[in-house]
Amino acid sequence: MLAFLVSAIRLGMVFLFGSTGEILTEKSGHLNLGTPGVMCVGASCGCFAEYLYLKSVGPFASPVLAILVAVVATFAGAALMGLLFSFLTVTLRANQNVTGLALTTLGIGISDYMIAKAGTSFGRASKYFTASFPFADDLGWFGELFLSHGVMIYLAIIVALVCSFVLSKTRVGLNLRAVGENPATADAAGINVSRYRYIATCIGSGISGLGGLTFIMDYLNGNWEYCIDAFGWLSIALVIFTVWKPNLAILGSIIFGALYIASSYITGVSFAGKELFKMLPYIVTVIVLIITSMRNKKKNQPPESLGLPYFREER
Amino acid sequence: MENTKNKKSFSFHIVKREQTVWYKGLAIRAAAVLLALVVSGIVITLLTDKDPLAVYKSMWSGAFGMDIRIWSLFQDVAILLCISLAVTPAFKMKFWNIGAEGQVLIGGLATVSVMMFLGGKIPLPLLLIIMVVASILAGIIWAVIPAIFKAYWNTNETLFTLMMNYVAIQLVSYFLKVFVKTGSGVLFPMPEFGFPVLFNQPYLLNIIIVVALTVAVYIYLKYTKQGYEISVVGESQNTANYIGINVKKVVIRTLIVSGALCGIAGLLLVGGTNHTINTETAGGRGFTAIMVSWLAKFNPFFMVVTSFIIVFLQKGAQQVSTDFRLPQAISDIVTGIILFFIIGCEFFLNYKIVKSQNGKEND
Repeated sequence: MLAFLVSAIRLGMVFLFGSTGEILTEKSGHLNLGTPGVMCVGASCGCFAEYLYLKSVGPFASPVLAILVAVVATFAGAALMGLLFSFLTVTLRANQNVTGLALTTLGIGISDYMIAKAGTSFGRASKYFTASFPFADDLGWFGELFLSHGVMIYLAIIVALVCSFVLSKTRVGLNLRAVGENPATADAAGINVSRYRYIATCIGSGISGLGGLTFIMDYLNGNWEYCIDAFGWLSIALVIFTVWKPNLAILGSIIFGALYIASSYITGVSFAGKELFKMLPYIVTVIVLIITSMRNKKKNQPPESLGLPYFREER
Repeated sequence: MENTKNKKSFSFHIVKREQTVWYKGLAIRAAAVLLALVVSGIVITLLTDKDPLAVYKSMWSGAFGMDIRIWSLFQDVAILLCISLAVTPAFKMKFWNIGAEGQVLIGGLATVSVMMFLGGKIPLPLLLIIMVVASILAGIIWAVIPAIFKAYWNTNETLFTLMMNYVAIQLVSYFLKVFVKTGSGVLFPMPEFGFPVLFNQPYLLNIIIVVALTVAVYIYLKYTKQGYEISVVGESQNTANYIGINVKKVVIRTLIVSGALCGIAGLLLVGGTNHTINTETAGGRGFTAIMVSWLAKFNPFFMVVTSFIIVFLQKGAQQVSTDFRLPQAISDIVTGIILFFIIGCEFFLNYKIVKSQNGKEND
């Protein structure tokens, strides 16, 4: 049971990064369906940078620098994808859904290519990411549950809390929400809609990208798998599940993590039945989607102009 | 003084074009495709240090090099086109059905089940008819569930249909494990229960069916009352309500059409091509089809061109990766690049950049 929860938390943080980034993006009115591609590119950029770094320093790598190199490269690579998305949707006024899907295709291609060059095994780098507090083992179940994790797990929670604070308690957050709810009004109030959308999308994509890195370096202990895009789609689903709130997403992501791995922990289910169990996160998302739309509560709805373009001339 | 003048001359603003003349539109699009080809050629050359001309030559041979490649090119165009036709009525209504992938898979799953359980027990013509009916029904069910919730409770259809994809994928892998007793999850092809082969060309029947569907969808969208209702609902739901169109009914009916066409695509993939199924049978075409349809401005005949361009590039890029020993991923990168160029060029079709009034004296 304890091992199950610890695993759920570790996997959950992949979703947490992904959905925190997507929440930030969606709050600006951008529905970025390119998140799966963004997470792939993020992960591969991080791994590639790590590969170059470890190759260049030989056996004398500094743990802090090793983590920093990967995190910065991931964030930068993923943010660049966000920039591409914003350029097409804001400046060139392209359709968001179409652009996002194309971004996913491109992202998966780029990431597969980079991994073909860097190899699929990052076990050495992963050691730096999974290193935990040395005293965790002495504290029994408490230590196991809360203190045994690698650095990315705590970073995910911090990022989610910071995003939640910025969105609900600061002026920047208020402006951002205004842009997502009603860009015309925001524009009239002197908020630069394009700038907010650009910045929110780039930062959001960067955060999402870290989810890909967490998956490879922490959850899979450095063994690359070509399935990051599935986590991207689930992160988009989690955004709905948590009704666009990063602090709720912390809990939601752990639930998603638990649902995702439930099939391998439940005994007495047939070999084939496990495949049905893997449907759970998707079905739960659909149910949440239906319930929120039926209850139709104002505060649980998506940003009013989500997915809609804003051009000042076309009011 | 000099400074401000200079600064002003750089200011510009963006104006919507009233209407683009057809040859201008064509020229802009052709330029975008050419530019995309040049850029992807440069990218491949940078990655391989090969002569760019050799790269293009290899691309060309990947698509048209042999008879069998040409047939497989047209087959892939046909399947992609079929799925694009399927998503089009929904898009025209501004219903973002990104669940074509799942609808195709479930149609394929229905086909394969019929082949498994009834194949050999009933005469082939009857079997084929049951396959057609089963695949269409399965596609309809998968598409109509999100449509009902959209119509009655305005549930977000983009995310709903997306989730249905994954449910379909898991269903396929579940049934593969149930069907295949060895547990390998690989179902052997059953060509004896597939479509009849016309003139010794296994793909010909698929292509003929899709050509017929293309014409049918064009007529449906352009000349029927239902097609007109779809465009009214797409333009403005308020208008539709005002003139007495039952929006709920139109949404559900259109998704039935959309799902049925996706089911047919699944039928073509399983019954007419692979004679088996796996979770990759749809192969991301459900997503590519969305771009095909949108880039063609929902016109079925333009979709022939857009799907051809995309399939040509993918086939070409695959050949390049084999010839020059590059990772297969290069094909995704090239597709991505060309899609972005085509998406980006829409801007120049719809808008023009003019210098602002202040800067006029510097013209």
